[in-house]
Amino acid sequence: MATNPFQKADSASSITRPPSGGERGTDSVFRGIAYACAGIIVLLVIAILWELGKQALPAMSEYGLGFWYGTTWDVNKEVFGVLPEIWGTLYSSLLALLLGGVFGIAIAIFLTQDFIHQKLALVFRTIVELLAAIPSVVYGLWGIYVLIPVIRPVADWLHTNLGWFPLFGTDLSGPGLAPAALVLAIMILPTVAAISVDAFRRIPYKVKEAAYGMGTTKWEAILKVMLPTASSGILAALVLGFGRALGETMALAMLIGNANQISLSLFAPANTLASLLASSFPEAGAVEVQALMYAALVLLLITFIVNVAGLAVQQYTVRKFEGKQ
Amino acid sequence: MNAVAASDVAQTSEFIAEPYQPEGPTVIDCDVKKIFYGDFLAVRDSVVPVEKHKITAFIGPSGCGKSTVLRSLNRMNDLIPVFRFEGNVIYHGQDIYASNVDPVVVRRYIGMVFQQPNPFSMSIYDNVAFGLKLNKFRGDYDEKVQTALERAALWKEVKDKLKNSGLSLSGGQQQRLCIARAIATEPDVLLMDEPCSALDPIATRQVEELMLELRERFTVGLVTHNMQQATRVGDTTAFFSVDISKSGRTGYLVEMGPTRQVFDDPKEDLTKEYVRGEFS
Repeated sequence: MATNPFQKADSASSITRPPSGGERGTDSVFRGIAYACAGIIVLLVIAILWELGKQALPAMSEYGLGFWYGTTWDVNKEVFGVLPEIWGTLYSSLLALLLGGVFGIAIAIFLTQDFIHQKLALVFRTIVELLAAIPSVVYGLWGIYVLIPVIRPVADWLHTNLGWFPLFGTDLSGPGLAPAALVLAIMILPTVAAISVDAFRRIPYKVKEAAYGMGTTKWEAILKVMLPTASSGILAALVLGFGRALGETMALAMLIGNANQISLSLFAPANTLASLLASSFPEAGAVEVQALMYAALVLLLITFIVNVAGLAVQQYTVRKFEGKQ
Repeated sequence: MNAVAASDVAQTSEFIAEPYQPEGPTVIDCDVKKIFYGDFLAVRDSVVPVEKHKITAFIGPSGCGKSTVLRSLNRMNDLIPVFRFEGNVIYHGQDIYASNVDPVVVRRYIGMVFQQPNPFSMSIYDNVAFGLKLNKFRGDYDEKVQTALERAALWKEVKDKLKNSGLSLSGGQQQRLCIARAIATEPDVLLMDEPCSALDPIATRQVEELMLELRERFTVGLVTHNMQQATRVGDTTAFFSVDISKSGRTGYLVEMGPTRQVFDDPKEDLTKEYVRGEFS
């Protein structure tokens, strides 16, 4: 036990004492566990990258950068390219982010800005969060049996009447980008909504007072003060939602149509990296597996870049609006 | 029941301050009958005229309702769902609690500075320009922003970093920024709810000097629990106290008059005890 330099200060009546050896021990054990947990996470990420890179190495040396912009995936000719999948991944995720983002933020505003009673808001929030508990395959089935039949007449009408517009350029044959993006939007909604709700909740009451004190109407207070104040938290919500959309597999494999093509049309079938992996792996031979590993690496990289970029934007807003260094 | 205690209760709960007859013209004539938060009677029977181009100081012990009364003057209390106001607040001949009055409009004419500095998380410039944009001001924003910051005695410190976040400033600077934000639109009246309670003595002195300058252009209502502050800047002083005789703690006006008279020659014993520092 460390010596106590203040021993002389001890009087008979004082009950202060230095922490015992055991207490110091607990302290260092706890610190050790915390460091270990953090370290394991880092090691895990490195291990995944390492293994993926090792498996993908043959394909990487074989196809090189051409893999990124190749547009065919032909096992028999051993020609592999993932541009359509990259396109499909980003396009479907962006559409989902647009829809899910708008709805998620709107829900967050509705739940936090005194539109409904607090207790009712809690019930609402729980229901929204329950959406996250529905298995992905159920979303896929729901998409096939409910959503596609529902949107088909709308899609047909749009295509017939506004077919000149690139977004409505093709017929909805069944699975396609539109149902996939809609389901994806619903799937990321709870993430966006829950984190945005927290961002709004974190705003101190005094900010709301300041806004109303300036004579804002409710909407002016929300749009001009609350939204900018919550912006860094909302951005974090959007980044997380986008990340989820990029990696979502099962529902998309069921709904997107797995067609190796690049089209602007919302109703055309497409493919994503994750659904390519899911649908090709079971029957893949040795060479295709290497290509799939490369595709997985591409997906990981895209996700990584999106997250880092999102984080950078978020940090920027924190610095700009909140003046923190 | 103790008969003596009962009569005491009757005495205090019926006490109503002698109305203050202002010498000059008034901007706000506030006549509070009752203010409730839910079932709780927070303030009763207080007549507080706010005189033009003067600083009206609200003093009194904690929980006496001075802030509640001040915040009733621009309907800030409407943010609290259970708040209920009985009485009337006449501003330019119009009762601001009349059903045809939109609280949003009231707050645009009667600005407010709060206890805690609360700049928006946006640039210093945008903070000051906020009210201008809100009121769809068409004109020279730069000039208005500069004037407001100069009046708030902040211009010299921030003129080279107007693009920085308002939250990057120190507490005293933030409070002066909030004052600049409130006066940029040149409201008629400025209500200040303990504006110096979160500030150090130097910043407090700066804000007090500022108040005296602002008085030339605006009318100021000031809540403070610092009696020296009231004597330094207050032209008239309203002293509130709490009435603990009933189940709750109900605040009421004890005495109002020119600051010097309230502090040097108070009419009520309660005021005398308070200004001597015998309770707080």
